[in-house]
Amino acid sequence: MPRRERLSVVGVERVGEYALLRLVRGAIDPGLPGQFFMLEAPGRVLPRPLSLCLAPSSELHFLVDPIGPGTTALAELERGDAIHVYGPLGNGYDLTVPRPLLVGGGIGMAPLPYLAEALRFPPAILGFRTERHAEAAVLMPGAEVVVDPVFVTDVLPHGYDVLACGPEPMLQAMPAGAQLAWEAPMACGYGACYGCAVAIGGELKRLCVEGPVLVAA
Amino acid sequence: MSLLNASGCLDALVAPEVAKTLDGFVTKTITPLPREGNAPPRIAETAHGMLNAIGLANPGRERFLADHLPRMRELGLPLWISVGGFCASDYAETCAALSDVQGEVEAIELNLSCPNVDEAADSAAEIVAACRTATSLPLFAKLSAAHPDVGEVARAVAHAGADGLSLVNTLRGLQLDRVTHAPMLARGSGGLSGPSLKPVALHAVHACYAATHLPIVGMGGVASAQDVIDMVACGAAHVAFGTALFADPYAVKRVREELAVVSFDDIFASAHAVTKPRVFAA
Repeated sequence: MPRRERLSVVGVERVGEYALLRLVRGAIDPGLPGQFFMLEAPGRVLPRPLSLCLAPSSELHFLVDPIGPGTTALAELERGDAIHVYGPLGNGYDLTVPRPLLVGGGIGMAPLPYLAEALRFPPAILGFRTERHAEAAVLMPGAEVVVDPVFVTDVLPHGYDVLACGPEPMLQAMPAGAQLAWEAPMACGYGACYGCAVAIGGELKRLCVEGPVLVAA
Repeated sequence: MSLLNASGCLDALVAPEVAKTLDGFVTKTITPLPREGNAPPRIAETAHGMLNAIGLANPGRERFLADHLPRMRELGLPLWISVGGFCASDYAETCAALSDVQGEVEAIELNLSCPNVDEAADSAAEIVAACRTATSLPLFAKLSAAHPDVGEVARAVAHAGADGLSLVNTLRGLQLDRVTHAPMLARGSGGLSGPSLKPVALHAVHACYAATHLPIVGMGGVASAQDVIDMVACGAAHVAFGTALFADPYAVKRVREELAVVSFDDIFASAHAVTKPRVFAA
């Protein structure tokens, strides 16, 4: 059973259009790249599922796209605040691949810095919708960056083991065998609510239990 | 008094550690045939609650009895089986099948009020009456507060043979995407739960206790010891947690610790509660 703990906020840094939320790690296990955590969103009923972006010693970092009331509340946290964090949850990426290539789209780049560290910085491609969003690539030194109207699929080389996270059309365009981290609205994160079911390959899958990382058919 | 989960708000086989914080586990609603449930998205947060339109996703009666129930039994918890259907005989046949495994079942909760599927053509009382002839297991009728006089429905199901009531199911609601103004749920509407539901639930528990004096499982926005006390003050014999379990899997453990230091006798000695609560087993 994963831990649930109240963690103090070290700070929130603006990274382009996103916010990097830095928390004291406490006794929480950072888990495997691609696993996620449920973060209490102040003032909201439900926590928010976020994958771990970076895990420097004694901290946990989450990249937040403030698009709704919950993610905005997370992005507006201040040093000294504290929130409950539950995790790690779900299944992360399989790291035993011979030729990894990391592919991220928009806020889908969130789990890739931690994944890049675990895989000793393999090649990576990041796509963003604006230059301002693309400033987040600073978290992935060495990554190739494309901005709309160029898509990551336009520059995707062959012959790699793709590990990807991004919007659904991007994931649908990834080659068979790619490891894809999916996203869905989630209430609980631990298999209780059946809310995060997504139709993948004609089957409904509970992303929090069977994912969020699934292998493309 | 038992602390339970609300049906559909916990998978005991995936999270047995959470189930073991409860005094009894209530299953997801079981229908005669397997159901995949509604298309996603199935949940949306609201200002002070959430909507769900899961749509009674479940393995169906046959697989539940053969596979799921034996594994749930290993938890060592009293099991409440939530039963659903689309006509009275659907419910009655599942009740009869559960009677064959009687030693394993604490009670049957008849889900008469799921807002996310088409309603059964038969009335709540007709369904309860059909189930009463099919089983001697305790029958709890789960009602919606959407009826203009929920006390009247409670009286009707009591007359039809219900042993208890589960109050309340979610209320149908709609949430729009703030940019597109399209419904956030694929089904359109969904069932409202969480803090918004609590005053509605308290009223239903109060009204149905006054109408029937049946044992009631109170639920709807319960997340704290104060919420439990409020439910009991309105007449609940047991209290169930739903949305609170999504936000905090350890919610029941926390509330149990909060309740351990309160004296129900003191609280209710001079209160205007409609019932004297049973002793709380910490």
